This record gives sequence, structure tokens and C-alpha cells, in this order.
Amino acid sequence: MKRLVSFKVERRPVASGRVVFFVSLLAIFAALMVAGIFFQIYGVSPIRAYQLILRGSLGSRFGLTETVRRAIPLLLCGVGLTVAFRALFWNIGAEGQLLLGAVAAAGVALFTGLPDQLLLPAMFIGGFIGGAAWGLIPAILKVKLGVNDVITTLMMNYIAIYIVEWLIHGPWKGPSMRGFAYTDTFPRAAWLPTIYGTRIHWPTLVLGLVLAALMYILVTRTRSGFEIRVIGENPDAARFAGINPLKTTLLVMLISGGFAGLAGVGEVAGIHQRLLGPSHISMGYGYTAIIVAWLARRNPLAVIVTSFLFGVIMTGGDVIRVSLGLPFQLINVFNGLILFFLIGSEILLRYRISFLLRR
Amino acid sequence: MDNSEGYLIELHGIVKRFPGVVANDGIDLRVRRGEIHCLLGENGAGKTTLMRVLYGLYRPDEGEIILNGQPVQMTSPRAALNHRVGMVHQHFRLVPTLSVEENIVLGLDEGTGPFLNFRKTRERIAAIANQFGLSVDPQAKVWQLTVGQQQRVEILKVLYREADILIMDEPTSVLTPQEVDQLFTTLRTLVDDGLTIIFITHKLDEVMRVSNRVTVLRQGKVVATLLTAETDKPALARLMVGREVVFRLKKSPIEQIEQREKLLEVNDLHALNDRGLPALRGVSFDLFAGEILGVAGISGNGQSELAEVLTGLRKSTKGRVFLAKKEITNCSAREITELNVAHIPEERIRMGIVPALSIRENLILKKYRCPPFSHWEFLKNKEVQENAQCAMSDYQIAAPSCETPAKLLSGGNIQRMILARELSENPNLIVAVHPTYGLDIGATEQVRQILLAQRKRGVATLLISEDLEEIITLSDRILVLFNGEVMGILDAESADIEEIGLMMAGTWHKREEL
Repeated sequence: MKRLVSFKVERRPVASGRVVFFVSLLAIFAALMVAGIFFQIYGVSPIRAYQLILRGSLGSRFGLTETVRRAIPLLLCGVGLTVAFRALFWNIGAEGQLLLGAVAAAGVALFTGLPDQLLLPAMFIGGFIGGAAWGLIPAILKVKLGVNDVITTLMMNYIAIYIVEWLIHGPWKGPSMRGFAYTDTFPRAAWLPTIYGTRIHWPTLVLGLVLAALMYILVTRTRSGFEIRVIGENPDAARFAGINPLKTTLLVMLISGGFAGLAGVGEVAGIHQRLLGPSHISMGYGYTAIIVAWLARRNPLAVIVTSFLFGVIMTGGDVIRVSLGLPFQLINVFNGLILFFLIGSEILLRYRISFLLRR
Repeated sequence: MDNSEGYLIELHGIVKRFPGVVANDGIDLRVRRGEIHCLLGENGAGKTTLMRVLYGLYRPDEGEIILNGQPVQMTSPRAALNHRVGMVHQHFRLVPTLSVEENIVLGLDEGTGPFLNFRKTRERIAAIANQFGLSVDPQAKVWQLTVGQQQRVEILKVLYREADILIMDEPTSVLTPQEVDQLFTTLRTLVDDGLTIIFITHKLDEVMRVSNRVTVLRQGKVVATLLTAETDKPALARLMVGREVVFRLKKSPIEQIEQREKLLEVNDLHALNDRGLPALRGVSFDLFAGEILGVAGISGNGQSELAEVLTGLRKSTKGRVFLAKKEITNCSAREITELNVAHIPEERIRMGIVPALSIRENLILKKYRCPPFSHWEFLKNKEVQENAQCAMSDYQIAAPSCETPAKLLSGGNIQRMILARELSENPNLIVAVHPTYGLDIGATEQVRQILLAQRKRGVATLLISEDLEEIITLSDRILVLFNGEVMGILDAESADIEEIGLMMAGTWHKREEL
């Protein structure tokens, strides 16, 4: 009773869009504060580090284009993940689905001998199928046998990584690569066009933006979207309403895995023009996309913004390595902190804290 | 100022505000040691809020709590338990995947070091269970238990923590008459043993049967505190609702059964429960258009499984079901819905609604695939909107707008929303499970009137309820289930409660021509 300030915690009926926005900003801010401690440990002023990151990723033409390039796979994976997360399917496997998409695209580019005009479309279709197939396995296991989706999707990532490693060291190793673990370079017709002077493979970017809009419509306006939301919010009510969980789960994982596969196509056809080591293809886009989707509060349109934001952060990783000589992995610490504070801040969406001044 | 002698609990001027409502508005409550004190009031009168204040779940905005003449701060349920106050909530706080004994010791410091020692626990549970007639298998998983058994676990939990003040929040709303009797016997034993019980209810019968004194709440205020022996049901009803309540509903007489269309025919139906044990063992009955067939029985005797099999949520293992002469045995839930069968589910929040979605969307939960609500893959917002507005005015669903998430509605409004959805397509058959469970008098009356209106329209209704009074009031015939078997079907007009009770306990009724 002697405290000057006391506070009261109350249940919040529904969090408005504004509240969600500010709470998300607060989470990012908190992550910035804590990440600052790590910069301090390396003897770098956090403010200077953040200035450099912002300048490096947004302040120059090169930085900006790198940011957009990084945002492309995050956008595609993130949009797919929002759909899976809406149905409460915890797809942690976008990384592996992306890699399988890359493998499928590489296979089409190198070995089918399709006519030039058909090659890129066939690579995108193949990549979609590759990623989707990788996503459908855990979906079937979950619905048919009740196997935990988090574990299967996560484990499938490792299988995907080793498949890529095996291919580039073994059967697909390029004879013209003189011992390097790459496939041969794709034929010219399998290269995605880029915006002049940048590495932005714009067809993939356009595809990502279109799919974000389509998924928004799917989730909010269609029967399938309604089924996805009902299953995600209350599986018992879904059963009661006669919604088929197998069909819906397969659909969301077809989308989620397929989109990650498309991201893989973009990386190999747009950046590297060959299949190479898994860590070079992806840099953890599939994992970062989980945070992207979550920060977007599972709204496919908002992923456009959050994927760009994480593009900034990933480009910032290059900046701190080049300009400050710090390890790139600091960015992973930062990503982890953002997810940590985001999940922690969920409580603020459900409860309202009000402070009372006492005399 | 008062002489607090003889009062174990005193609540003075308790005020608790929530955004938009004053749930408790200056409440004074005094409870004597060793009594059963009923807290009577309609839903929303502030009973549960007041008890949550006493149990430390809510901090009051004003007022004080005095136990044994000493002011106390109830900062948390743990603090309440330290003051030996325990509460059994209306919606149980059990972990379904854990066993009974694990639930009982949950949160306690039992055993040595990090290891649990269940041998002693088991002995103590057995001792308490024997003493108070609360038999339950300590190693059974909670999800396998019936609601009645789960309640016993909740009571055991409180007794295990050595509480001597027991708050029971609407404990009978989930029980059968026999279980209620058993509960009341238990409560008497507890009081004889020195416990004090606060019993929250909105049922007048229970007040008269079980309590020593009763405090009536209305709209967050105390209307009166009376000695039960000095009052009666009509007087309490007047105090509680501030108006006279009709106890009997008028039913229009039904035509002779022979002239009616046989709508549902169930032949030798068998099904398993969630544990894989037989739940239905050869259930057969007919249900005619324009008839309400009440299914009475102690909870866990196959009622839930029967409703689930009939609505396509559970597969039967043997037997056949015909709806209007068309076989529907083991059809899917969607197929059965499309044959115009309405289902008012047992657990309305768990199954009947999608809490995070809006009223608008909940109202199309079962018909979003059909015109006019969707065209090809797209939902048609305008039609969905209009549907919601009609339903909200027809069924008096009180909410700011049809965009309001269903989870913000009160129990009565949720049930009205479910009825609006289920009855909108003019069903042939209604399977209603506990349709008025947990609703206040006003909402209960309305739900019953709606069911009777459907009956008048010629709908066949299977009414599964554990409220025997409800079954007798609404039904034309009463089927009694025991251990998955039909003990007999009685005519409701001439049914004798004693006989139904015996049948619910497993006595065969003289088989009649059905």
C-alpha cells in the first residue's frame, strides 16, 4: 500500500491493429537493446553499429539492392509459412523445402534438355513440386499417424542438406568445375534475368509479391482459407463442422513447401546459376522466414514489410563483418532475440497493463 | 463493530470492477463455521467473481476479507490455500493427460528431492476417498474420466491440501441426479467433519436441499441473506430474478404416434468410447417427427457416444441408423449435416464455436460451402453479413457487432449463436446435448422455448441432458441409458421420477412394444 506506483493487469478484449503494431515495434526495440550488449562486449558502440548497419543496408544503392535480394527468399518462404501457421501446422522445415526446390530446379536446368523458352517455367514448376513434396511428407505423417510436425519438418531439413551435399560431391558434380563441389553452370537460358547492375532477380520478386496478395485473398476470402482458419483456431470445431483435416493440412503444406521451393529456384537460377553447398544456397532463409512470418502476425501481406526488414538485418550482417570485423553470426543472435521478444510480447496482446499513481 | 463471533468468513464491502461492468458492488457476506452457505443468483450476478476474490484469483478494488476475525490478504490461490480455503471451479482445472494422483499432487512438494513418491500419496488419497465416499481410480488418466468423476478429483485435490473452507462453483451443473445426491451426501459428511462450504448455484432445488443459509445476489449486490428453513422456492426465485418465474412450460399435445413419420430409426447400435471400451451395446429406438425424445442417464453411460455416432463424429462398430428411411450408418459429419441434421454439441465452447473467429464467421461454420454463402471458392461477404444480422436479431444475440469474436460472448449468447446456426436450415432432426448446461434462467427458458417451437414445426429432437427436470419438462418420451444399453422407454406424461432413477441405476424397465 506504500508503493507510489502500482499497476494492474487486465485481460484485453481484442488487440487492435495499432496495438499489435506497437507491441511488435516494442519487441524489436527490446531485441536491439539486448543485442547492443553483445556489440558492447566486442568493444563497439551499439549506436555506431546500428548506424553502420542502417547506412550499409539502406543508405547506398548497393546496400539497398542487396537488402531486396535477401528479402526475396524470405518473402516467398514467409508467405508460405503464414498459411501453414494459420492452420497451426508448425512448419520449421522451409529451409529443407527451399533446398529441395533448388535441387529440382538444378535437375531441370542441367539434365532435361528442354527448349530455352520452356526451361525457366519448368524450373519453377519443378522447384514448387520439389519443395511441396518435401513439405507433404510431414503433413501426411501428422494427419495419418499423429507424428509431431515440429520434429519431422525440422529433421527433414537435415536430410535435404545431405541430399544436396551428396549430389554436388557425387553424381551431379560438374566435370568442368575442376574438383570444386559444384554442379556445372546452368545453360544461359536457365539464368533468371536481374535488374541491371544488381543481383535482384526480379521475376522471383514479382512472383513473391503476387503470391503474398493471392495468399491474403486465400486466407481471408475463400472457403479453403476459412477451413484453414477453423482448423487452426479450433480443431474440434473443424471436426464438428465436417472439415477434412487431411485435405486442409495437405493444402497448407503444398503451399508452404511449394513456396519455399520457389525461393530455392530463385537462389540457384538468379544468384548462383548452379547447385552448390547448402549453406551457400540458403544462409538460413528458411529459419529466418519463421520469424518473418511470426512478426507479420501470420498476415501474408505484412510479410512484404517484415521480409524487407529482415533483408536489412541480413545485409547488416555483411556490414558488421566487413566494416567492423565482427562475426556474421551476431546477426543470428539478433534474429533469435527478436523471436524471443516477439513471443514474449504476445502476453501484451492479451493483457493490458495500466499504471496507477498513488499519493 | 460487529461481533464476529461464530463467523468464520466475513467479506466487507467487496467491490470488483471489470471494464464496463461492476461485477461486485459493495458485497457483505458472512459465513458461519460448519455451515453450507449457498450463494444464489443468476449468471452474471457476481457469485463467481466474489468467490474468486475470496480464493485470491482476483484482487478486490475495495473491501476486506476477514478470516477467523483476522483481516487477510488473498494475493493468490496459494495464499488462499495457506489460509485453508480451497475452490472447485465450474470448469475444472485438471491436466487431462496426467493421472488422477498426478493431478492431485500437482504443485505440491511431495516425495523426497526431485523424486515423486506416489505410494504415500496413494494411501492418503485412498484414505480421504474412503472417508468421504469419493471413489475414483488414482491411476486413471483424467481425460478418461466422466465429468462426475473429474469433479471428485477436484474435491479430492482440495481435501488433499487440507482446506477447511471449500468453495464449490456450480458443482451440480455437470452431474446426474444420482451424482448430485452422492455429492450432497459427500458435502454433508464434509460439514460433519468440520468443513465449511460455500456453494454457488442458480438452482433453487439445491439451495433448499443442501444449505443452512443462503445469500441471494442480484446484479452485483446482496439482496438478502436468509435461513434456508425460513424461506421457500418462490420467495427465493423472486429475490433472485426480481420477477416471477414460470416453472412449467406449456407443450402443445402431439398427435398419435402412429400417424407420425418415423424419422430416425436406430437398430442394435454398438460403438466404442475413447478408451476403446464398449460404450453403446445394442441401442435401438425410433424417433418420430414432431417428437422430443429425452435421453436420461448418469453421465458416461453412452450418451455422448450416442450423439457422436448419430452426428457422424464417431464410427459405430455394429448396427444401423436410418434417417427418413435412408441409411446413414457411419456417414461423415458433413454428409449428415447435409441431410439437415442439427447438432447442439455437448461442449459448446470446445466444439461448437471457433472462439477467435467473428460471430459472422461462426454462423456459417457448417454452411460456408453452400450457396448463398460461397460461389465457387469465394466466400460472399455480403450474404455472410446479412445472415449474421438476421440471426443476431432473430435469436437476440447481444454483441456490439457481428465482427465481434465469439470468445467475447457470454454463455447464453454463445448458445443462442449455435442455435441460430444449427436451426437456420430448418432441420429434420435435432441432436441436442446438454442444451441449457450452465445457462442462466432467462437463457435456459429461451433455449427450451426454441426447442419446443421446433417440435411444433414437426422436427424430431433427441434431447440428451443430465438435468432430469429438463428432460421431463420437454420430452414426449424418455429413454433411459445405462452402461450403453436402453433400460426402457417411458411416456413422459406418466413417468415417475423414482422409476427413472432406478432405471438410471441399471434396473430394466418392463419391455414394451416400441
